[in-house]
Amino acid sequence: MGINRREFVKTTAVAAAATAIGISLPKKMLAATPEKSEGNWRWDKAVCRFCGTGCGIMVATKNEKIVAVKGDPAAPVNRGLNCIKGYFNAKIMYGADRLKQPLMRLGEDGKFSKNGKFKPVSWKVAYDEMEKQMRRSLDELGPTGIGVFGSGQYTVQEGYAMAKLMKAGFRSNNIDPNARHCMASAVGGFIQTFGIDEPAGCYDDIELTDTVVTWGANMAEMHPVLWSRVTDRKLSDPKRVKIINLSTYTNRCSDLADVELIFKPHTDLAIWNYIAREIVYNNPGSMDQEFIDKYMQFATGFVDTGYGMRTPDHPGFTDLERQTVKKEVSKKISKEEAVTLGYLGFKEGDTMEMKHRDTPKGHWAISFEEFKKGLEPYTLNFVAGLAKGNADEDLASFKVKLKLLASLYMEKNRKVVSFWTMGMNQHTRGVWVNEQAYMVHFLLGKQAKPGNGAFSLTGQPSACGTAREVGTFSHRLPADMVVANAKHREVSEKLWKIPSQTLNPKPGAHIMKIFRDLEDGKIKFAWVNVCNPFMGTANANHWLKTARKMDNFIVVSDSYPGVSAKVADLVLPVAMIYEKWGAYGNAERRTQHWKQQVVPVGDAMPDLWQYMEIAKRFKLKDVWGAKNIPGIAGGLPDVLPEAKKMGYTPEDTLFDVLFANKEAKSYTWPDPIGEGFHNTEVEGDGRTILGTNGEEWKGYGFFVHKYLWEEYRSFGEGHAHDYADFDTYHKVRGLKWPVVDGKETQWRFNSKYDPYARKADTGEFAFYGKALKKIGKGNLQGIDKSAGKVDLTNKAKIFFRPYMDPPEMPDKDYPLWLSTGRVLEHWHSGTMTMRVPELYRAVPEALCYMHPDDAVKYNLQQGDLIWIDSRRGKVKAHVETRGRNRMPRGMIYVPWFDEKVLINKVCLDATDPISKQTDFKKCAVKISKA
Amino acid sequence: MIGNTCLMMSRIIWRNRYIILRRTVQIGLLVLFGGANWWGWKFLMGNYSSAYVFETFYLADPHAVLQTFAAGFVMSTDAIVGGIIVLLFYALIAGRSFCSWVCPVNMITDLATYLRKKWKITSKENFFSISRKTRYWVLGLGIVLSPIVGVAAFEIINPITLLHRGIIFGFGMGWAVIIALFLFDLLVVEYGWCGHLCPLGAFYSATSRFALIKVKHDVNKCSMCMKCFGVCHEEQVLHIVGKHSGFIKNECSNCGRCIEVCEDNALKFSIYNTKI
Amino acid sequence: MADTQNMNSRRDALKTMFRGAGLLGLGGAAWGSAAIRLKASELTLRPPAAIKEELFVKACIRCGTCVEACPYDTLQLATLDDHTAMGTPFFKPRLIPCYMCTDVPCVPVCPSGALDLKNIAKQIDGVQTEKPDINKAKMGVAMLDQEACLAYWGIQCDACYRACPLLGEAITLEFKRNERTGKHAFLKPVVHRDVCTGCGLCEHACVTEKAAIFVLPRTVATGRVGAHYIKGWDEADEERLKNMKEAQTKKSSPEDELNDWEYLLDDE
Repeated sequence: MGINRREFVKTTAVAAAATAIGISLPKKMLAATPEKSEGNWRWDKAVCRFCGTGCGIMVATKNEKIVAVKGDPAAPVNRGLNCIKGYFNAKIMYGADRLKQPLMRLGEDGKFSKNGKFKPVSWKVAYDEMEKQMRRSLDELGPTGIGVFGSGQYTVQEGYAMAKLMKAGFRSNNIDPNARHCMASAVGGFIQTFGIDEPAGCYDDIELTDTVVTWGANMAEMHPVLWSRVTDRKLSDPKRVKIINLSTYTNRCSDLADVELIFKPHTDLAIWNYIAREIVYNNPGSMDQEFIDKYMQFATGFVDTGYGMRTPDHPGFTDLERQTVKKEVSKKISKEEAVTLGYLGFKEGDTMEMKHRDTPKGHWAISFEEFKKGLEPYTLNFVAGLAKGNADEDLASFKVKLKLLASLYMEKNRKVVSFWTMGMNQHTRGVWVNEQAYMVHFLLGKQAKPGNGAFSLTGQPSACGTAREVGTFSHRLPADMVVANAKHREVSEKLWKIPSQTLNPKPGAHIMKIFRDLEDGKIKFAWVNVCNPFMGTANANHWLKTARKMDNFIVVSDSYPGVSAKVADLVLPVAMIYEKWGAYGNAERRTQHWKQQVVPVGDAMPDLWQYMEIAKRFKLKDVWGAKNIPGIAGGLPDVLPEAKKMGYTPEDTLFDVLFANKEAKSYTWPDPIGEGFHNTEVEGDGRTILGTNGEEWKGYGFFVHKYLWEEYRSFGEGHAHDYADFDTYHKVRGLKWPVVDGKETQWRFNSKYDPYARKADTGEFAFYGKALKKIGKGNLQGIDKSAGKVDLTNKAKIFFRPYMDPPEMPDKDYPLWLSTGRVLEHWHSGTMTMRVPELYRAVPEALCYMHPDDAVKYNLQQGDLIWIDSRRGKVKAHVETRGRNRMPRGMIYVPWFDEKVLINKVCLDATDPISKQTDFKKCAVKISKA
Repeated sequence: MIGNTCLMMSRIIWRNRYIILRRTVQIGLLVLFGGANWWGWKFLMGNYSSAYVFETFYLADPHAVLQTFAAGFVMSTDAIVGGIIVLLFYALIAGRSFCSWVCPVNMITDLATYLRKKWKITSKENFFSISRKTRYWVLGLGIVLSPIVGVAAFEIINPITLLHRGIIFGFGMGWAVIIALFLFDLLVVEYGWCGHLCPLGAFYSATSRFALIKVKHDVNKCSMCMKCFGVCHEEQVLHIVGKHSGFIKNECSNCGRCIEVCEDNALKFSIYNTKI
Repeated sequence: MADTQNMNSRRDALKTMFRGAGLLGLGGAAWGSAAIRLKASELTLRPPAAIKEELFVKACIRCGTCVEACPYDTLQLATLDDHTAMGTPFFKPRLIPCYMCTDVPCVPVCPSGALDLKNIAKQIDGVQTEKPDINKAKMGVAMLDQEACLAYWGIQCDACYRACPLLGEAITLEFKRNERTGKHAFLKPVVHRDVCTGCGLCEHACVTEKAAIFVLPRTVATGRVGAHYIKGWDEADEERLKNMKEAQTKKSSPEDELNDWEYLLDDE
């Protein structure tokens, strides 16, 4: 009975997936073929559409409709459990107002008109207009005149195809996912610290740790299934296991927590430094000296980097806005900053010019002594006074908590996991605070070990899998490569089989900049993919007006008429999650694939198809000639001669070259893995859809999803980003990359678990990430250009980062902090979950959570309708002084899922200057009765 | 020509002046009450069981307060004072005018009677007859039953408040009761509900004997045309007409219909005094 | 002749009287039984501060002022088909729950005393004030059907818990390990009836098809231990003894009991 190597690899992958979680699975659960059971229901595995947890689900199909959803008992993440949203993965597909045909703004003459009313049009008419508008922008402004709002909810293949189309095809790097709003700061932290993206550990850390510290992560609501694992860990050993909840207000994690630590917004920067100071000054014995010496390099960077806003001279600002925006160029040093930035010679009242706005990433190596000097001011007294967030708590009790927190981190033999999400990522010093988490874990040697580690959770189902790994960011290429790196471009050009120098070396517009460029007329064509950015982006008044008032063309591919679709010019109906083949990657690096279960509704077509169809409209001669790029002298070269040498002709379309090439066509259909399943893109699906050329859609004829996956994975293979082949993923419940020799990796950088770390042969660990590993040297005050460079191969960095105030803080005019976020019942902007009657009824509107004393202070009552007013805009919401979120005095919280309470009109679009991620958690507002 | 039309119009209006006034009052009150529920007006909240006036004081249905008392519950001062105000108003001033000037059922039964006459529906004398005194028995029975059943006995089936609540708050199945009441008046007994059964009418009849506003009859002007008998809902109260001068008493609801039809000027509203 | 006439008229009068009395009795019986049926409202949820149900149906004047005062359209007046005394106010939490306004606008407008502010009067330093405290309302009590509750299956729900205005007091979460998965926990909602106001926000929020948590009037939903069973470990519990009712013992004398022995020999 022979078993060939390929099969062996596959089976071990399956076994690895099962054994990783320590259970043996019933045969039935591992069955490669989907189950047909009673009543002609077909159950098949899939992934939950919502958050970054990545729960496995089973979907039942009957008569071309998903009729039931259940948790997948074999899924290691959730073992058959879901949160309440998970069960409505089917219902979200069948809302009454699901978009079913292309809709375009038409004037009286039946032609496109910016001020027209939405009317149904054919795919052909839609694409004709789209092509025309795209050409108009490209002709007028060059490749940077178009932009794509990408998503952490793209399937891997969609994100990969769109990134390839934009970067290799249109030579534009103006594609950026909404994941920019969600975990760009985590990425910044990973790249700067490790040189490679994504967490070292995995969810198994929960079962293995003794201490869970949540930093600005309301896991009880945002990652409910993981939270139930944390709860179980606590129950398994209630005395030993400690849960600490650090937050700016009381959330549901506090129910389980042993200690709840309410801190003032932004002071997490100071608290991390306090812990580090306790370690370095008062408990040096707790440091893992050998680990530090062998694998670490201390470092620091610039502080005068601004806040990612535009400069106040921008004509689009109101005077009120300028009050905050002026801090982008210079700011007054506050009393607290005088202490924390004292090492740079700043005193209270001094003006700090933001000299390094353009080079915020700059950092250099420093000695341990310098690092230690930097931590000096973060004494218990100073930090407690600065950070105490609840005015009703006494300082002494807060100090006790801080000390306890530090001592839990430091305790020998105590394993600690620090979890964070938006609280630390949506932060104008988000990269810094991410780095500080690693700082503490590294000092203690509690990183990249089972049960130990700083662990950044993600919000979106494929923020890791698509946005990050595929590289749909404006500066990235697949597998952690970046456009600015000539070598990375070369590698990518080879793999994509496109001429050398096709790729644009200048990072494109990040999501805030796409909006700002639209407002400034620098981008005139934007395409929204799998997200709702006009609702989800701070300072929304600007962008909503821009969409409707400026000369531009906004295409929104969406399943429901959300805010973005409402302000668009063309709305394209998309196939939803199980109406297409796809793959997601969750926060623990687990990649999970699913098959198309049903035919899309109406005339809706998969996103992937929409991207490839537009590729048919452009020929190489349109895009690969010499192009002007603002900021690049001489622009992009003409690569058509080179293309000709490669066998392409100028008349070839981007579709021919990028998607329907020889390699692609080698993935034939039918394929055994797709037996019994639809594939709308590949063979049509029995509907009579008139395609973008006006003819009936019959399919591409080759297995495009498999092709894209296999091509995509060639980027990472051998570069610590290895994935299994397409077919394997259809047999297992996901695998954690790197998948080497059919085995997934639980803990990266640890030689015991990570083959790449073993390969580096540097002992127990190897921080083998490649990025930013040659840096200058200097001291706290700055870089010493004469001192040469330090090589950090296989090492990671421990950053010193100081506390700084956020750009906008409450004052006498706007006396309250505003934080925004999610609720368990709704996903993101609510376009899907608000259409599920059960979830809608559970939480029908976004409320303004407020301390009861604040309500009294502003003469308000529970349930009153109020205006929430900032320097940028205002919205109405009802007051809630009770319920799930208990605010400290001086702070309010409004979730953003409700388009009737469009809180992003109020929020400040300041970002972390390194990661460009918006801080949705802090701005100053006032409130009044409506 | 135009002058003629005007004259005709004003004659018609004059000949129907009380009916127009009554409908105005009835509908106006409904709108005021309804406005409280529909648009949040604060003039008159509640309904005819009890009304909250200008958010300052309450009026209450004295009959309901009495039944509740009989059922064994002393209402709070607001309701008792409200009940007394209403009782005194009708008992000392307005007489039984609730029935024809305020009560919304009056519009239903007036319509039934109008149609009954128009379509010449007359039930045979012996087919079904109810004494006009029955309502007093109903009134008494309601009071007696209240403590037995432990609830204000009439209020629990009261079609007047049912109609009023229905108009303001929604009917549910309650409209069926109103249809039944309409059909009863239309097909079975003329003025069946208001003139024979309604205990609230009986209550106000019984309490308003000495009310100041009453219709006064001047026998000297009377030509015995009997038109007043043709329109009166409570013919028995007209027993003095053509016989001697005096005030119309007992069940008279001050609707003023007899005054409108009297071409002799022998009937008019006046202030009651016992000397005549 | 005159006598006969007299006799006849007397007989007629008697006949009329009997007929009248019969009609009155019949009418009274019909009316009475209808009234008893129509006031039956055991399962009705009343506005906050409502007095005891049996008194409430008497007291309520059915004016609807409370309904008009309610800013959320929670309260409705019963119509013929609402299975409760017509015209009385009630609410159905699954449709619109009580949002527990802090100023409780529905109560002070009640003219009849059916809604009595005293029932929810705010205590400040142990002294009863004229101000309402909605948290003291006892409109009903939330009952949880564990079989139908997703959280009891291990699913992360707790929608009721988060919807509860007295979260953490009226509903708390009980954590229990999920042995089946070996790594998840149950987060089970538990209602505390002494705190629960019966507002029904939980019932409204429940995501199951028919709410797994629902509000019932307290009289229906709660049992009573009585005075016999006292928590020996809880001194405060002895308070209940004070309200102990006279125990009913058998009335017959010991002699009577003793003399009743023959049945012991009875074979049949």
